[in-house]
Amino acid sequence: MDYKKIISKYNLDRTRLIELLKDIQAAEGYISEKAVAEVAKAFRISIAEVEGLISFYHFLSARPLGKYVVYLNNSITSEMAGRQEVALAFEEEAGCPFGKTSSDGLITLMETSCIGMNDQEPAALINEVIFTRLNKEKVKKLASWMKQGKPVQEMVEEFGDGANSHELVKAMVKNNIRKSGPVIFDDYLAGTAIHKTLETSPEAVIDEIKKANLLGRGGAGFPTGLKWELCRKEKGPEHYVICNADEGEPGTFKDRVILTERPEMVFEGMVISGYAVGARQGILYLRHEYSYLKKYLENILKKMREQGLLGKNIAGRGFDFEVEIKMGAGAYICGEESALIESAEGKRGEPRDRPPFPVQKGYLNMPSTVNNVETLATATRIMANGSNWFRAMGTSVSAGTKVLSVSGDCDRPGIYEVEFGLTIDELLKMAGARETFAIQVGGPSGQCIGEPGFSRKICFSDLATGGSVIIFNSSRDLFSVVANFLDFFIEESCGWCLPCRAGNVLLKKKFEKIIKGTGTRQDLKEIEAWGKIIKTTSRCGLGQTSANPVLTTLTNFRKLYESKIVKEAEFISEFDLITAVAEACILTGRNFQEENEHV
Amino acid sequence: MTKPVIATASLAGCFGCHMSFLDIDEKILNLIELVEFDKSPIDDIKSFTRPVDIGLIEGGCCNAENVEVLGYFRKNCRILISVGECAIMGGLPAMRNTIPLKECLEEAYIKSLTVAPEDAFIPNDEELPLLLDRVYPCHEIVKIDYFLPGCPPSADLIWEALSALIQGRPIKLDYQLIKYD
Repeated sequence: MDYKKIISKYNLDRTRLIELLKDIQAAEGYISEKAVAEVAKAFRISIAEVEGLISFYHFLSARPLGKYVVYLNNSITSEMAGRQEVALAFEEEAGCPFGKTSSDGLITLMETSCIGMNDQEPAALINEVIFTRLNKEKVKKLASWMKQGKPVQEMVEEFGDGANSHELVKAMVKNNIRKSGPVIFDDYLAGTAIHKTLETSPEAVIDEIKKANLLGRGGAGFPTGLKWELCRKEKGPEHYVICNADEGEPGTFKDRVILTERPEMVFEGMVISGYAVGARQGILYLRHEYSYLKKYLENILKKMREQGLLGKNIAGRGFDFEVEIKMGAGAYICGEESALIESAEGKRGEPRDRPPFPVQKGYLNMPSTVNNVETLATATRIMANGSNWFRAMGTSVSAGTKVLSVSGDCDRPGIYEVEFGLTIDELLKMAGARETFAIQVGGPSGQCIGEPGFSRKICFSDLATGGSVIIFNSSRDLFSVVANFLDFFIEESCGWCLPCRAGNVLLKKKFEKIIKGTGTRQDLKEIEAWGKIIKTTSRCGLGQTSANPVLTTLTNFRKLYESKIVKEAEFISEFDLITAVAEACILTGRNFQEENEHV
Repeated sequence: MTKPVIATASLAGCFGCHMSFLDIDEKILNLIELVEFDKSPIDDIKSFTRPVDIGLIEGGCCNAENVEVLGYFRKNCRILISVGECAIMGGLPAMRNTIPLKECLEEAYIKSLTVAPEDAFIPNDEELPLLLDRVYPCHEIVKIDYFLPGCPPSADLIWEALSALIQGRPIKLDYQLIKYD
């Protein structure tokens, strides 16, 4: 393998290192030690630094993978839709368990966190192609094609609705837009917002966004206008505008649909934001799982350039702005803005200490804004229709609409663009949910609420969400939901902060003790205490919310936990001495029980 | 009033916590005024002679004997305290927890460069305590009442904890006593 040829393509640009490694993997199937050494040498960085990248990102591999790599989603909605049967079918066909490659080197089976297809599970990525609604029969068919050596793209027999069937997408993914709203999914005439924006001053744009009271749609709800203003005020040779399209929160898929159906609005939002903060360069950070949209999005950018809506002298107004698409490589944490910036710089996606905030020192240490896909598309609509029009919708604190990704136990899972202030009850009715026992709002990092909370409203002052809504009916075991979420955080913790890295493992063990029926009141108290420690001593949003699956169910479904614990016991140990010495007995040929008969 | 009785033990630890305990220096004279010692390496009393008020445990459990001693302490001590990282989390000895026991023993007694071929076997004398499958923190085996963190916990921390407990007042730890970086 001629690594030099691949390396030379990247001009020793450190920010493109992840892309380079993906390129090597695409060519050779994995990233060999030799490749690591050559890359390290060329970039004059240590071998450990390159290895650190490979071990950090889920879709980079230091060991050879099969010709077909199946990444089967293991999120809770996938479990609910029959993932286990699909997993068994894959194992049977490949003749190897998950985490391994078939003996003929053809198929590798891997588990992966949520791939943004919750309304069409069980879903998997095979190489970079998405397969939805899998079942035993479909797996058999796919496996037989793999054995015939059929290219993965050709295994997609039917394309999804809307732009999913565009010749540059050709995905079986469905949009499932159940309710379109006036902000995101209404018709939009390309260029309207850009023309209006460039007619006014950057300050006036910021003012308009502020007047609209646009709050960040990723979930945290930071005022977008203020973010832009803070960034504009910072001095630096360059400013950057970043669009966060790394939606990794299990249960969220609305950015995928927005990028499929309204990409122009997202990119126009980036141009508007670039004009407002004084940036000339924008980056769309797209999660690896959505690689199938890359060519399509690049084509949209090309069209915008042709229409004078991107590039040099936009709309003839002398404003220059470019957008580059950077791909992730599989890490939930990269949805956190500072981790995303690190990743965009070609490094491990580990969150930074703040301050300084990205608006002060962001991408390449330049003032940068990071905005969610939906936020930017919304900004576009605000500039087109005006802040007054926008503020007339939603609630006084939470203006406008929110795009929700609804999945789980309901007749109509999919995308709902609703005005803020909608109650959970109303949403459940809309989605056709029956006998709802619990609803997870905001994904694993959000809250799990039960019936008494169904009159609560979706808005920033009550139930804030980045868009993920997962419904569980009364046939579901809430504990297995919590266990699935805890596993997710254990898998996705970047490992920097001990309370998040180790605390979640301990929390899971304690949780399992309770489920097994050997927990005590003290164990419940410790879960709460440890959860609080993890929340307060982790430095980024992942750690700070990772205990939520347990903590919010403990608050809202306390009786379930209480029914599991042994109330009269002060302390129960799960330790068993005979089991614990069993291995040592085998290794030394001794018999512990005989030796201790006299005791 | 009779003096409270203290007992101590070092399980899978390095005796560093005991050393830190002795680092209370001249305050040990005050301590002797306040308490009496029962089973402890400090006075070399091998077995409990009476019911004990406070048991201090250094180290986690890496073998069957550790488990036995810990159980013995729990039975005989009204209050049991895990002292230091090893007792609380397994500490340094727990580094072996990610490696199968077989591999650990083979590395030490068979594959090691300093092992003569004729001596290459895993020690199996009945006098040797059997190793556990992994190193356990004390609270996974018996109920532990308090935890004093540190590697080792500083003398001042141990002193403050003990004197607060003996005097029945809330513990007051300065930030510097529980700051480790």
